[in-house]
Amino acid sequence: MKSIPQLDRAGLEAVYDTLAQAIDQAGVEKAELFLVKLALLQAQAQGDAQAFVQQVQAALRDL
Amino acid sequence: MHTPSSIPRPSLYFSYQVHEPWLPRSGAPEGRHPVVIAGSGPAALVTALELARHGVASVVCAAELQLTQGSRAICFTRRSLEILQQVGVADRMTAQGLPWRFGNSFYRGQLVYRMEAAHDPDDRFAPVLNIQQQFLEQYLYEACEKSPLIDFRWGNKIERIDLLDDGVRVHVDTPAGAYALRADWLVAADGGRSGLRSQMQLSMEGASYEGVFVIADIRIDLPLPTERLAFFDPPWNPGNTILMHREPHNIWRVDYQLPPGESSEEALRPESLKKRIDAQLAMIGFAGTPWEMDWSSVYSARTLTLSDYLHGRVVFVGDAAHLLPIFGVRGANTAFQDAQSLGWHLAYTVRGLAGSGLMRNYSAERVGAAREIIDESGKSTRFMAPPSRGFRMLRDAVLSLSLTQDFVRPLYHWRTSRPHEYTDSALNSQDDDDALFEAGPAKGAPPSNVQLAPGDYLLDHLGGGFDLLVFAGAAALPEAVVERVRAWRARGLGLRITAVGGAVAGADQTLADSGGRARAKYGVGADGAAYLLRPDQHVCARWRALDVDRLEAALLRALGAGVHPNTGQAVCA
Repeated sequence: MKSIPQLDRAGLEAVYDTLAQAIDQAGVEKAELFLVKLALLQAQAQGDAQAFVQQVQAALRDL
Repeated sequence: MHTPSSIPRPSLYFSYQVHEPWLPRSGAPEGRHPVVIAGSGPAALVTALELARHGVASVVCAAELQLTQGSRAICFTRRSLEILQQVGVADRMTAQGLPWRFGNSFYRGQLVYRMEAAHDPDDRFAPVLNIQQQFLEQYLYEACEKSPLIDFRWGNKIERIDLLDDGVRVHVDTPAGAYALRADWLVAADGGRSGLRSQMQLSMEGASYEGVFVIADIRIDLPLPTERLAFFDPPWNPGNTILMHREPHNIWRVDYQLPPGESSEEALRPESLKKRIDAQLAMIGFAGTPWEMDWSSVYSARTLTLSDYLHGRVVFVGDAAHLLPIFGVRGANTAFQDAQSLGWHLAYTVRGLAGSGLMRNYSAERVGAAREIIDESGKSTRFMAPPSRGFRMLRDAVLSLSLTQDFVRPLYHWRTSRPHEYTDSALNSQDDDDALFEAGPAKGAPPSNVQLAPGDYLLDHLGGGFDLLVFAGAAALPEAVVERVRAWRARGLGLRITAVGGAVAGADQTLADSGGRARAKYGVGADGAAYLLRPDQHVCARWRALDVDRLEAALLRALGAGVHPNTGQAVCA
């Protein structure tokens, strides 16, 4: 099993801000499209369809 | 009283001939026929021709007095041409049709995906050939007319049927009144709106999609090559998809999705058609180029199949058996494979060469093929016409990413129809050497074509029965094998021995393989290797060395000895 590098605290905070600002930049009408594009790019970078399913399940929890 | 129209259908490029109806003689006894075929489309005609080729007579009941209205199916795959070659019309198709192998997908004016279908020099036919369905039907009909075994009855509409223990009573209406026919087998090739399927109250499994598409054929002179064009989310039709295909005689197919909620009647109004076609032409840079409308229709995507094609002595084929989406050219191309398969399964059953298992196998194999096609074409359909908000979001995200990101572009591929491989078929030999081959078509697969000489291909020489291909060299065919082949033939089985790459005593024909291409393509290492092909050319056994006992076992199995009588699945010997 390949080890996936984890975000450190500073990295997570940077992602938090970047994503928030990008959603605002995309605007109300395009935010969803933007997020789907981002999810596809992330899935491709991760290269693991099964891990993607697990992340989908995690994100669907407690909506 | 059935009164089919005797007014020739309108067309800018095809002269419809109105045929005389076939009328029953009053007081004539109820005829008994081995096979009656309901329908006169490609599935019906290829079934009739294949049956005749295997020595079985049929009555074809065509409800109308002329061929189909409009171009309908226009894209025919390589495997379809190989099947049409078997029934003798491929040369006429290629003489008229437009071959192609490139597909282009556009988004925001940019070419975001170019599909290139491989063309191997060993293939006689192009990956796809465009020609209007009327020409195909005309060629098939003329081939039927030449056959003494095909009784073609124009203007004969099947009204209803009675199911009997050992056959079907078919009630037919004609312009001179009704009559009845007795059929040992009835082939339901009566199309997507099959009346027989309705009468028998058979329901289909699968999905229907909401999106409605218009197909329109226009005559226009466009200086564009024969390539598939797909436009996603264009400014004049936001969110929807447009397809264009060149057809012979300066006809172009324009195929566009309607906005949700618009009715078919509204969409087919001449003003509505004109506005949208003008917008499409303007978008591709041909605003103002004159055009004329030939034919238009609407369709919606469906991925539906009967779960069994055999109901007593009624057997379903083509669109009557399944409804497949237009994306990936699945309809007619699947029907040819059905009909080629049905032709020999039914002929060998009627002629008493096989037990009841063989027809069960037809249904099992072709339902399996339809389910595979549904799985594949469902993916194309969900991309072309997203059925829900989620699928639309993903499709739109892919369109947007495709402008800069290569990895999403293959999602544009529409997964063109390809022949099903009967990998788990009950007709496949159980003790052959399939697993020992490192290349070549595996058990259940369709054959690979091979160019033997310029203009001369392996498949030109095969078909019409079982084919035993023996890869020759120093090894001669065992005398016992030759004797056993003769014995099978004496019982009426079509079985031909073809020596590839050198003469072999006992072979019926010898094909040169000077470059060794056939050997390489079939993964043959040592002399004496052999392939057994079914009458639909699919491989059912292959051996590194042939012996009479294994050949005998393979033939018995290929005639249905290993088919479970209820499920159609393979049983172990």
